Amino acid sequence: MDLFLHQILAGLATGGIYACMALAIVMIYQAIHHLNFAQGEMAMFSTFVAWQLIEWGVPYWGAFFLTIALSFVAGVVIERAVFKPLDRAPVLAHIVAFIALFAIFNSLAGFIWDFTIKSFPTPFGQQSLLGSGLIGAHDAGMIGVTLVLLVLLFLFFRHTRIGLAMRAAATNPESARLVGVRVSWMIALGWGMAAAIGAVAGMLIAPVVFLEPNMMLAILIYGFAGAVVGGLTSPGGAVIGGFAVGVVENLAGTYIPVVGPELKLAIALALIVTVLMFKPTGLFGARIVTRV
Amino acid sequence: MTMDRTVDSESAPAKAPADSPETAPASAAQAVGGIPVSWQRTALLIGLLIAVILPFVVKNFTIFQLTTVMIYAIAILGLNLLTGFNGQFSLGHSTFVAIGAYTTAILMEFAGFSFYWTLPVAACICFIFGFLFGLPALRLESIYLALATFALAVATPQVLKLSPLEHWTGGVQGLFVLKPEAPFGLPLNSDQWMYFVTLGIGLALAVAAINLVNSRTGRAMKAIRDNPIAARAMGINIALYKTTTFGVSAAYAGIAGSLSAVVVSFVAPDSFTFVLAIGLFVGLVIGGVGSIPGVLFGGLFLVFVPNIAEEVSKGLAGAVYGVILLLVIYLMPAGAAGLIRGALMKLATRRR
Amino acid sequence: MSETLLKVRGLQAWYGRIQALYGLDFDVPESGVTTLLGANGAGKTTTLRALCGMIHAAGDVTLGGAPVIGKATEDIVRLGVAHVPEGRGTFTAMTVEENLQLGAMTRRDARAIAEDIERTYAYFPRLAERRGQQAGTLSGGEQQMLAISRAMMLRPRLMLLDEPSFGLAPLIVEELFGILGRLKDEEGLSMLLVEQNAALALEIADEAYLIETGRLVMSGPAREIGSDENVRRAYLGY
Repeated sequence: MDLFLHQILAGLATGGIYACMALAIVMIYQAIHHLNFAQGEMAMFSTFVAWQLIEWGVPYWGAFFLTIALSFVAGVVIERAVFKPLDRAPVLAHIVAFIALFAIFNSLAGFIWDFTIKSFPTPFGQQSLLGSGLIGAHDAGMIGVTLVLLVLLFLFFRHTRIGLAMRAAATNPESARLVGVRVSWMIALGWGMAAAIGAVAGMLIAPVVFLEPNMMLAILIYGFAGAVVGGLTSPGGAVIGGFAVGVVENLAGTYIPVVGPELKLAIALALIVTVLMFKPTGLFGARIVTRV
Repeated sequence: MTMDRTVDSESAPAKAPADSPETAPASAAQAVGGIPVSWQRTALLIGLLIAVILPFVVKNFTIFQLTTVMIYAIAILGLNLLTGFNGQFSLGHSTFVAIGAYTTAILMEFAGFSFYWTLPVAACICFIFGFLFGLPALRLESIYLALATFALAVATPQVLKLSPLEHWTGGVQGLFVLKPEAPFGLPLNSDQWMYFVTLGIGLALAVAAINLVNSRTGRAMKAIRDNPIAARAMGINIALYKTTTFGVSAAYAGIAGSLSAVVVSFVAPDSFTFVLAIGLFVGLVIGGVGSIPGVLFGGLFLVFVPNIAEEVSKGLAGAVYGVILLLVIYLMPAGAAGLIRGALMKLATRRR
Repeated sequence: MSETLLKVRGLQAWYGRIQALYGLDFDVPESGVTTLLGANGAGKTTTLRALCGMIHAAGDVTLGGAPVIGKATEDIVRLGVAHVPEGRGTFTAMTVEENLQLGAMTRRDARAIAEDIERTYAYFPRLAERRGQQAGTLSGGEQQMLAISRAMMLRPRLMLLDEPSFGLAPLIVEELFGILGRLKDEEGLSMLLVEQNAALALEIADEAYLIETGRLVMSGPAREIGSDENVRRAYLGY
């Protein structure tokens, strides 16, 4: 029983990573109704930038917030430079653009910082939380930051004018234009925010999985799994989904004999498919009813 | 009701060429898309001539590369049938390529089959797998389907490496496959022979695809892609068509896999990762979604551009590849086929 | 006789390569109702879309002197044009109150916006009842009221209405047009009303224009158009 509880907590801890990633994914999905395959690589790149700043002597929190700001700007720039010119192109062309970005960021990071593993500092310390032995301080901190982000986003979208404008632009761009919302800039803003959140996710994850250019791929997939399980229209659902994926992955790895580390990923994905079979828009996703 | 009316009544927007994939230059008496049939036939003849002469004038390695181009083209053709003509999104076709390849390898290694007999077996097995996967896929909308198929692609190499199956799959090391010699003592080496085998199979599959797409079945497929609700209202059994298309698409990919098993002489789990699945998708878009000749461009892109990228910069090969990909997608958002069709149409109208 | 607010000369419009309008000339005064009549497919909705920069258009169009053609929709809105689109364009996923707030997106005066929202609820008690409800769950008539209110939140100089009666039961339509009449009298708005239901439109309008396949074929005071023999036979059913 003790082992079970421990595994659940461990699952929640890794789930925190996935939840954070899932949040970033849902963020961008709400802004542009596409899944950004390059999200993980952008987050990884941001984390490297933070690492570099720290190497150059910038104190942790300074580097943390500076990286967030830089990532935000980069997100906006990428949207303007890469995706705006494609706005009349078919959807599939957009996806190819995402793939291209993935390749570019991955390769660039490897080229600039090479592929050796680096360690990334954590502001929460290495010990277990409050000496309890139940969960590490960093893991708890990670979950805490994710929840704070979630609350901030909720407040932003529900209680600010610009949040309202963004929601309008994403769900009904034509009507949004008719009330004067600059839809195109709302999309750019969405990208900036997603990039910033991704940077936070990366900087929280790196202390656990160690920093190297390929660190985010598996996490991105788990993040997708969490986002989809929770429902792409629900940030809260995405976070819950992320935690769920973490727990399931851990339990499967511990209790099912044939599942080695390699198949854990496949299990997570099998989870997505199963959930989608019964709830095609995710556990908390809104059913979109189209009237004919 | 209101939304449909907006589209129908006064405001029927003319679809931009990028939005409406058209069928490829097709059979007999149609000038498709404004391009004279005589031009299409000439182009086809010249193409065939070049294709037949090539293996005798280039190096063995280049023959191997060209054969690989055609193999990719066949797999992309399968994906095209599913995504381009039927609107179902798949990022997991590497799975079916793997199934086809391993079927061939295992049958040749453990059951003593000759390569040629493994082809129909691989095609059938892949059809069945594709059809079965198509069943749950019916419930999934586009991005969710993409994710589910992506899950399949990611899981495939893992499954192939599973220890209980090692005896059959060769585990991480994979299996070696013997490349067949040219029969009847023809004066061709095995590379040249496999080139022609692939060319023949590729052409046959392309003709089959063209006929399928232009038949009643093809129209039903396209109707499902364009407006599933209207299709159902017209009595089309959507479930049957979608799962069957999935099956056929998987069969094409499986045949490509079979061919690759002998052409490469080797099958291993890491040859069939999600990178391949994404590559097929990229090839599809670059060639032109919904265009049958376009798949050849896709194949050419997949084989040669990564090499070019590496030559430009070894350390930044991925970044160069990404940049090339972006440039290509800007210049031809509708793929190579879209670009060429547009140019040819302009030429054709000017001549009149 | 009020000043001309919207001056349209030689308005052309295209959907892709297909031309839909072939050079329209008309004026909309600063207050009052101008109506654009015509059969299905004649070009009425197209005209409104062209005026809002939603489709490719050409011609000389000015709103209070400011040029309109070539501007983006968001900028035309800022000139004071509120468009109630065909099908209402409701933000179905958002609440009634959020829809109203969106209508005032280009305004900065928070207190005045709040007052306007309350005024809306005074005009439309049914919307007040449903202020926190998801807009997509409202009935057709209620959504139309919401759409008009949303447009009013802009405090527009010109309101474009695209087939407000469409898909609504006759009783609701009567109620709706009663409200439009009140808006015309009490707010002194300028409205450009596109309607297939010619009888209703002519009752409320001051000026009327008739479009057939992208061209203006008749214009004049609403009463005259309404009593014209051909119009009566073709559009009014008697």
